[in-house]
Amino acid sequence: MPTNQRTATDARVDVRKTYKLYIGGKFPRSESGRSYEVVDGRGRFLANASQGSRKDARDAVVAARAAFPKWAGATAYNRGQVLYRVAEVMEGRRAQFVAEVRAGEGLTERRAEAVVDAAIDRWVWYAGWTDKLAQVLGGLNPVAGPYFDISAPEPTGVVGVLAPQRSSLLGLISVVAPVIASGNTAVVLASELRPLPAVTLSEALATSDVPGGVVNIITGRTAEVAPWVASHRDVNAIDLAGAADADGVVWGDLELAAAENLKRVLRPAGEGVEAVEPDWTRTPDLSRITAFLETKTVWHPKGR
Amino acid sequence: MAKFEYAPAPESRAVVDLAPSYGLFINGEFTESQGGSAFKTVNPATEEVLSEVTDASAADVDRAVAAARRAYNGAWGRMSGADRGKYLFRIARILQERAREFAVLETLDNGKPIKESRDVDVPLAAAHFFYHAGWADKLEYAGLGTNPRAHGVVGQVIPWNFPLLMLAWKIAPALATGNTVVLKPAETTPLTALLFADVVQQADLPPGVVNIVTGAGATGQAIVDHPDIDKLAFTGSTGVGKMIARSIAGTRKKATLELGGKAANIIFEDAAIDQAVEGIVNGIFFNQGHVCCAGSRLLVQENIAADVERRLKRRLETLRVGDPLDKNTDVGAINSKAQLSRITELTDAGEAEGAERWDNGCELPAKGFWFRPTVFTGVSQTHRIAQEEIFGPVLSVLTFRTPQEAVAKANNTPYGLSAGVWTEKGSRILWMADQLRAGVVWANTFNKFDPTSPFGGYKESGYGREGGRHGLSAYVTTESNG
Repeated sequence: MPTNQRTATDARVDVRKTYKLYIGGKFPRSESGRSYEVVDGRGRFLANASQGSRKDARDAVVAARAAFPKWAGATAYNRGQVLYRVAEVMEGRRAQFVAEVRAGEGLTERRAEAVVDAAIDRWVWYAGWTDKLAQVLGGLNPVAGPYFDISAPEPTGVVGVLAPQRSSLLGLISVVAPVIASGNTAVVLASELRPLPAVTLSEALATSDVPGGVVNIITGRTAEVAPWVASHRDVNAIDLAGAADADGVVWGDLELAAAENLKRVLRPAGEGVEAVEPDWTRTPDLSRITAFLETKTVWHPKGR
Repeated sequence: MAKFEYAPAPESRAVVDLAPSYGLFINGEFTESQGGSAFKTVNPATEEVLSEVTDASAADVDRAVAAARRAYNGAWGRMSGADRGKYLFRIARILQERAREFAVLETLDNGKPIKESRDVDVPLAAAHFFYHAGWADKLEYAGLGTNPRAHGVVGQVIPWNFPLLMLAWKIAPALATGNTVVLKPAETTPLTALLFADVVQQADLPPGVVNIVTGAGATGQAIVDHPDIDKLAFTGSTGVGKMIARSIAGTRKKATLELGGKAANIIFEDAAIDQAVEGIVNGIFFNQGHVCCAGSRLLVQENIAADVERRLKRRLETLRVGDPLDKNTDVGAINSKAQLSRITELTDAGEAEGAERWDNGCELPAKGFWFRPTVFTGVSQTHRIAQEEIFGPVLSVLTFRTPQEAVAKANNTPYGLSAGVWTEKGSRILWMADQLRAGVVWANTFNKFDPTSPFGGYKESGYGREGGRHGLSAYVTTESNG
C-alpha cells in the first residue's frame, strides 16, 4: 500500500507489496492472470489485488479438503495453541493492519486502532474455545438402559465463507475464526472492495503454525466466485455473511445452489430477502461456531 | 538376560540460577519476613542444601492476605475477563519459554526424574494456564449458574509431589475466575513456586494478585485461620485435610480438598497383559509413588496372577533408579527423610503382618533418600499396606475371582480418588466404572491428566474437582447460592 509521501523530494521510494491469493499455504496470483484496482475511501489507488476465478476457488477447495483430516484430528489443545499464535503474529503486524483498515474503511487512526485491537482480541476469544466446545456442547446422555451414551461435537468439513464487505478485518476475523476453531477448514472470499487486510491476515496465518490449506483466501469479485463455492459438491457448509452489500449477489440464489448437496447454510443477518451486515463490535456468542458443527453420539453397552 | 548398560546422560543444572536465600513474594515483590525464621531446602538425591527460604509468620500471612484483598478490591477485581485471560496466556507462554529452567529446578528440589519434570510437570502446568486463560471471558458458558463471580481472596496450600503442577492447578482457575491468591508451597519443595513469582513479575500481573508465602504447617494453619480468606484449596494428606475441614467448620469459608488415595488397579484375565504391566509400573512407580492417585493396590484376577507377577518383576528389574538429573532415570529420590521413614515403617509392618516382600535389588546411591521399587504379594485386605497410603514405590498385590469381588475389594477403603481397569471388554469397563466409588477411573491406561478433565476424589479422598468445567465451579459463587 503506498504511503502517499512521494511528494517529499528526500523521501525514499518505498517497496510496495504485491497482494496475492492464499491457497494451500502458498501465495499464487490468480490463474486467470487478472487483477483489479483497490482504492481507499476517497477513491485513491491503493493496490492491484488478484482477481480470483472459478478455478482458483476450486483449487482452494481441494487444498481445504486435503488439510481437513489433520486439522480436525489435531488435539483441541494444539489447535488452541496454534490459533493463539496467530493472535501473537497479528499483534506484531498491528501497524500494517491499522494502516490498511484505516485506508480501506475510511476510519480515523484511533478508530482503526480500536478495530484492530478488537479483531485481535476476537481471535484470542475464539482460540480459547477450541478445548472447551466439547464440554459446553457435548456430554453424557442418561438413556434408559445399561448403556454409556455420549454426544460430542465434530467439525462439519470444508466451509465456504463470504467475508463481510464493509468490516474488512474485524468482520473477517469474526467469520473465519469460529469456522476453523472447531477443526473445519475454510475457503474465504475476501471483501471485494476492501481485500487488503485479508491478504495481510493470510501472511499472518502463513507465518504462524496454521497448516497450509486450513484457511484459503481468494480476493476478487464476490458475485463471480461465490456461486462456484455455493454449488461446489465438496464444500460442506457456507457462511453468507458477505452477501450483504456485495454487488450483484442474491443470497437466496446461493442458498438454492447450496441445497444441491445439503450444505449447512449460515444466512446473512437481516429481514426477508434483505441482507445486512451486522455490528461486528458486539460480543459474539457460540452461534457462528455451532453453525458448522455436527453432533456425534456414541453408544456402548455396560455389563460384567 | 544380559543387562544393557547406559552411559550417564545428565541434564545440566547450569540453566538454574539459585539465590542463597529467598524472601516472601507479597504484593508483587520479594520482601523480608516480619518475625518469621528461615529453613533450608535440600536436594533429596544428594542432601545438598540448595537454598534458604523463609518460614513465614502469621504477620507475614496477614500482609499477604491484605495485599491480595487490595488487588481484589482494586485492579484485578475490576478487570474484564478478557484481560484476565490475556495475563494467563502470558503466564502460559512464559512457562513454555522457561520450561527447561523449571524442569531442572523441580528435579533438584523434589528428586523426581528429569524426564518426568520435563515431559509431564512443566508442560502440563503451562497447559493448565493456557486452558484456563480461555475460560476467563467465557464463564457464562460453563454451566455454573447465573452471573458466576469470584469469591475474593483464596488461600491455597499445596504438596511436595508435583510442586509446580499443583501450583498451576490451584492458581490458574482461581485467577481465571477473578480471585486473588495467597499460596503456600510445601516446605520441602518451595523453589519452583518462588521461581513462578518471577514469571508473575515478567507477565506484569498487578501487584497482590498472586502472593507466595513459604513455610511449614504453622504457616499453612495461619492461612486456613485467616479471617479475610474467602476460600481454601488444599492438596495433601487426608489427615491435614480433616484438620482444615474442622478449622473452617461454622465459618463461611469455602473449601476444596484433594487428599490421599489407595487406588485399585484391576487386571482382568482378558487384559492385554504386557500393556497392563506397563500400566501397573506407571501406576505405582511414576514419581516414586509420590502420587495421591497412585495405583498402590494391584487387584489381579486369580488365574493370571502368577503370570502377571512374573512379568511385573522382570519389568521392574529393568527400572533405572538413581540420579534424577540423568535423562535415562526412571525412578528418582524419595522427597525427604521423613517420607523415607514413613515408607520404611509401613513396609516393615507389611513384612511383620505376613506379606511376602520383594524388591528389584538395584544399587542405591550412598547419599540422599532412596527406596527400591518394592512389591508385596500375598497381601490381605486387613494389612496396613493394603489400607494405608504409603506414598512411595511400594505395590501391594491382592487377587480376585469375579468382577463383583474386584469391585468389593477395590471399594473397601476410606479413600476414593482413582481406579484402573484393564480388560479388552468394553462393556465391562463401563460396568466397572459405574460400580467403583472413585473420582477418576482409568481404563487400559493410568495416571493420565489433562486440564480439561476433572480430577478429585470420593469419600475421604476429599471434595471438589480440579480441571475442566467442574474445576471452575469451586472458584465462583452464583446468585442462587450467593
